[in-house]
Amino acid sequence: MSLVFAGICSHAPGIVGRAAMADAALREPLYAAYGRLRAQLRAARPDALVVVAAEHFANFFMNNMPSFAIGMADQYRGPIEDPAWLGIARQQIPGNAALSRALIGEVMQTVDVAFAEEWQFDHGIMVPLHFLTPDYDLPVVPVNINCQGPPLTPLHRAWALGEALRRAADQLPARLAIIGTGGISHWPATPDSGKINEAWDRQLLDRWARNDKQALLAYTDRDTYRDAGQGGFEIRTFISVAAAARGRGELQHYAPIPIFAVGCTIAVMNVAA
Amino acid sequence: MSLYQLQKFLYDINRDVRVQQEFRGDRGAVLGRYELTDEERAALERGDIGLTYVLGANGQLLMHFAAYLGMPWPAYLQAMRDGVARHGPVRAGVYAMTTLVDEKVAGV
Ligand SMILES: [Fe+2]
Repeated sequence: MSLVFAGICSHAPGIVGRAAMADAALREPLYAAYGRLRAQLRAARPDALVVVAAEHFANFFMNNMPSFAIGMADQYRGPIEDPAWLGIARQQIPGNAALSRALIGEVMQTVDVAFAEEWQFDHGIMVPLHFLTPDYDLPVVPVNINCQGPPLTPLHRAWALGEALRRAADQLPARLAIIGTGGISHWPATPDSGKINEAWDRQLLDRWARNDKQALLAYTDRDTYRDAGQGGFEIRTFISVAAAARGRGELQHYAPIPIFAVGCTIAVMNVAA
Repeated sequence: MSLYQLQKFLYDINRDVRVQQEFRGDRGAVLGRYELTDEERAALERGDIGLTYVLGANGQLLMHFAAYLGMPWPAYLQAMRDGVARHGPVRAGVYAMTTLVDEKVAGV
């Protein structure tokens, strides 16, 4: 089969961990949008969920930092953070090593990826799963992009990764869903936390929804750092999903929520031939 | 190079429950395994988030370490602001502070 679903969403830890500190009028519509994303994902009847996530120095470090890595295990653990702080209990998350291996083998035909049989999920994957597969009943294939330790993965390589994932998915019998998680503009884990550049976010989302490759790849890290903070480097995950889906996006929710530290985003993209 | 070592310590403790337990019992023994400057060692030994931030620690690493130390979110943000007020701007890395010391963007 192939790719049966594509979407993007935010993953900031505060979305769950600081729920009680947020205005319910902002929080509840976001949670409802995650719920709708979950329903759409389920309706696509995927066999596995590919989560394209951003490195946060949870699994890889500057002693050996891959541009890309894909998990290849039957089980993962998470969250790596203090569970009380994140608001998500520690658990095992199902993977599918055989499926991962097949996917990685195909991706490697065009993009050099590292693979990992050990992986501790951090908020970048746990927050999306908390909303999208709260029973942890869908096997996950984690995919990691270095958005953290410079020199960062170039944007055009994030695009190439998305293309490779799509090509690989098309070769496999399994029905795969893909979710990219990250950004958009934010200054996470700093005293600036809560600063959000809504205009920049909306421009990025517009480029993403139009699947305008040239415009998506036109950002430079220097400009992104200035306009969208170090958290803005995570646009790589959204770019990969656009390359994989090849379709047009539909923004289903966007709202800056400072206590969650990010413009909270939910969007889907149709999977085009 | 020692900022690398400081961050390696944070990476290791954030990932490994055994290192977390060992650090609770004997901070000096754990830190002794890393090539740190005296300033870095002292900051980590006393859990000084503000100075560790100013020294250039990656925010993702520092945020989880602060959570491990039991710091609530507002206290974590304030510790970094206090660190900058006391020691000056962040000296390395990409997690610099761009807001003012008394500017609380998210209200905390
Ligand atoms: Fe992130």
